Order: sequence, then structure tokens, then C-alpha cells
Amino acid sequence: MIGLPLVYLLAGLMFGAFAVLSALDRENRKRFGNAAFWGLFALSFLFGDHFGDLGNGFLALALALIAGTGQLGVGAPTTTSPAEREGLAATYGARLFIPALVIPVLVLVGTLAFKRLTLHDAPLVDPKQATLVSLALAALVAAILAQVMFRQPASAPLQEGRRLMDLVGWAALLPQMLAALGAVFALAGVGKTIGELAVMITPVDSRFAAVAAYCLGMAVFTVMMGNAFAAFPVMTGGIALPLVIGRFGGDPAVVCAIGMLSGFCGTLLTPLAANFNLVPAALLQLKDRYAVIRAQAPTAVLMLVVNVVLMNALAFHK
Amino acid sequence: MLTLLGVAVIVLGFALRFNPLMVVVAAALTSGLAAGLPPLEVLAAFGKAFNTNRYVTVAWLVLPAIGLLERAGLQEKARATIRSIRAASAGRILLVYLILRQLSAALGLVSIAGQAQTVRPLVAPMAEAASEPLSDRRREDVKAMSAATDNVGLFFGEDIFLAIGSILLIVGFLDQSGITVEPLHLSMWAIPSAIAAFFVHGARLLLFDRALSKSEAEQ
Repeated sequence: MIGLPLVYLLAGLMFGAFAVLSALDRENRKRFGNAAFWGLFALSFLFGDHFGDLGNGFLALALALIAGTGQLGVGAPTTTSPAEREGLAATYGARLFIPALVIPVLVLVGTLAFKRLTLHDAPLVDPKQATLVSLALAALVAAILAQVMFRQPASAPLQEGRRLMDLVGWAALLPQMLAALGAVFALAGVGKTIGELAVMITPVDSRFAAVAAYCLGMAVFTVMMGNAFAAFPVMTGGIALPLVIGRFGGDPAVVCAIGMLSGFCGTLLTPLAANFNLVPAALLQLKDRYAVIRAQAPTAVLMLVVNVVLMNALAFHK
Repeated sequence: MLTLLGVAVIVLGFALRFNPLMVVVAAALTSGLAAGLPPLEVLAAFGKAFNTNRYVTVAWLVLPAIGLLERAGLQEKARATIRSIRAASAGRILLVYLILRQLSAALGLVSIAGQAQTVRPLVAPMAEAASEPLSDRRREDVKAMSAATDNVGLFFGEDIFLAIGSILLIVGFLDQSGITVEPLHLSMWAIPSAIAAFFVHGARLLLFDRALSKSEAEQ
């Protein structure tokens, strides 16, 4: 069965190649920092399951130290110049869009088809990982297609991948590190404590106040934890179930659906939701690391207000 | 209460713009130690979760394909295409993208677009080209708004899909509390907020166009 192990193998090989190419890049003054950083990524993907929990802890710590002490440079492998690209764009024309569109189409087809494909009565692809397997496959096919269609040099896919990866730099690791932090927070009972605090300050005698406290609580808690999924059980258990639903008779489906979306407003506002907010800033080479959050903030705040109004208007049928 | 020190470390570390990876490690150790756990146990818990969450980092597999296409002139082609459409503007392009992203996410197709596979190679260059000439500051604003529009479309679309993680989480949580809800009802009640988000962010995008043309006129 094709599943995560194969995808991890592919990722491990890609990061391993980034490490080797970084080490050979004499233009980059910090080349060995980059090589160590992407090399540890590769080890994590290839052998992470054999390191044990503590081993993986030290691996994560080493990655943080390499990036945190400024050992990462930005490699600049030779690529085409802006003028050359204008020329190539004119030569290849709309054909350039084909590999770019192959990615979404293959993800779509794979996600739908892999759940049905069987080989000797066993699923060919792990149904739980259908999307991830499709994404990996689509990325591979698109790269090969682009390589062939536009006659790129053999080293181009990995060198170009490394060029973009170095632009993202430490931000590439942040989402995974924050997920790990979430697990430690859960172990230490951080969520429970915040939930208890929120319940303590929630007014209990007005329906509107309870609704507002729940929506606001979801957003604020999400900002602090970086993830609406962490906020949901705590806030819903603490405020929505006893008050909004229990005492004032709110419809659970409406309350929870809109409550979750209030949490998403928090996700738009927090640097802890790194893959949505900080990684794009790195990927687009923005000078201000928080520029995406600032662009989202008005929408997030307005939508939080809208969610409070909607929940108040829709959840109570009587 | 002491465990909240970890949250304080996060807030301060991010506000003072220390390297976020170091901030995360410091916050994990602070919270764990404050909860009375030995340091090595905290590190092991961190390492275990780090290893099981590797799938978050898999998305970078698209970078070689995206980089290759950039090398062959994809961004330039996207820009040229937009320049040939006279009615195009940054706000209108992003408005169309917002619709597409919300609708496809509502059908559960969250991975067909994203910051690496669509925003960097296509959406941001198109939005930039549609509003040129741009000052450096305004160029940053257009790029940031492109990334923001992807997020808004995703967040306020995906909850309409029945089998998305957040819906399953809600069903499971309520079930434990003795309340049965149909996933269909949950996704139905995500629709009003989705429509509101479309109008709120859509209006902002059109206003964004006006702000852009104003700052152009000032130059």
C-alpha cells in the first residue's frame, strides 16, 4: 500500500539533495549551515521513526539552534535572468501554464480516484493519505513535465527547488515546530488553564454576552495557541455547552459551526499559524514578516463581529 | 497558572521578533518545566510530536516544479497575459481568485491551490502586473493581499465541506458530550459566515483597487 512512508522517502531524498547542493555552493558563505539544516531535515524524513522520542527532540533542538544562531544563508544557484525569462515566456507562451495546472488537476483526480483503486482487494493507496500522496505525485509529474517540455538542464529541478527553499529558510520548519509545541502545551495543561480563566470572566446572565464571550474566546484562544482545533474543545466545553446551548437553548449545530469560524478569525491574526501567515511572507520575499497578517486583520476583525451577530440571530429558534 | 508562562514567552518572543524557532523551543521548555516535568521528558514529548507532524512539511515537495516553471518564464508569462486584459486590476483578479478558492474549498478541494503552488507563481505576479506601475511599498501590499486572499478563501470555504477536519472534530466532541449533530447541519450553518466573508473581503479588495490608483495618481 502506498502511503506516508513513500511520501516521506521522496521528501527525505529531496532535502538530502538540497543539503548536498548547498554544501557544494561556494557562492554561499554559510553553505555548511544550510547543508546541516537541510541535511537534518532529510535525516528526519528518512529515519525519524528510528531515532526515538528523545533523539527526535535533540534533532528539533539542533535545527532550532542552527537557524536561531544565524547559520543559515541564502544560496543563489545560477538561474535564468529576468531578460532571458521574458524571452522564454514569449517562446513557450501559454504552454507554460500546462505543468502549473497539472498540479491541481492531479491532486483532484488522485484524491477522488485513490480511494477507489484496489490491488488484490487491498487499497493501492492508504485512503487516509490520499490527498498527501496525490500532492507528492502531482509535484513529481509537474516537475518532469516542465523539465521535458521546456528542455531544462538535468540539475535544474533540484537547484531551483533549493533556490526557493533557501528563500523560505527557517520559516519552512516553523509549522512543524509549532505543532510540536502544541503537544507540549497540551501535556502541561496550558489549554485547560486558559479555559478556566475564560470561564471565570464570562458573564452568565445575558444571552448576547455569552455568545460574544464564546466567539471572542475562540478567537483569542486561537491567537494564543495558533490553532482553532486546540481552542474548540476548551471554549466549547467551558462556555458554549453550559451557557449558550445549556442555559439559553442555542442550537448546537449553529453554535459550534459559527464558533469554529470565529476561531478561524483568530487564525488569520496570529503568527503562530505560521504556515498560513509567516511562510507566505517568506515565500513572497516580503520585507515585513507580519505583512500578511496586517493585510488580513481588517477582514478577520469584521468577520468576528459578523459571527457574533450571526450566532445571536440564527442559533435561537424560539 | 505557572504553565501560562509558556504563552507569555511566545507572545513576547514574537512581539520582539526573536527567531521564532528559538522562541518555540523556549516556550515548550518553560511550560513543561513550570508544569513540573523534567527537561528531558519535555524534550522527548516535543520530539515525539515533531516526528508525527512531519506531514506538515511535505508540501515543500512542489518547490522543484514551481522553481523550474519560474526558470522557464512562468511569472513573466502570467504578467504578460494580465497586461493584455484591459479590465484587469489587482482587486478584481483577487476577487475572482477569492471566489474560486472559496468554491473549491467548499467542495473539499483544499490542496488544489495554495501559497506555494498558486499564489507565488501565478496570483501574486498577476495582481502585480494588473496594477503596475507600483512603488516598492505598494508592491509589498499587493503581494501581502494576494496571500491574505488565499487564506480568507480557504478558511471561509472549507467548513462547508462535510468531511473536513474541523467538522469531524465538532461532531466527535459533541458526541462525547451526549449531543448528536449531523455533519450536514454543521456545514450548512457555515454558509452564512462564508457569504459574509465573501462580501467583507470582496469589498476590501475593491477598496484596495481605489487606494492603489490613488497612490499612483499621487506619484
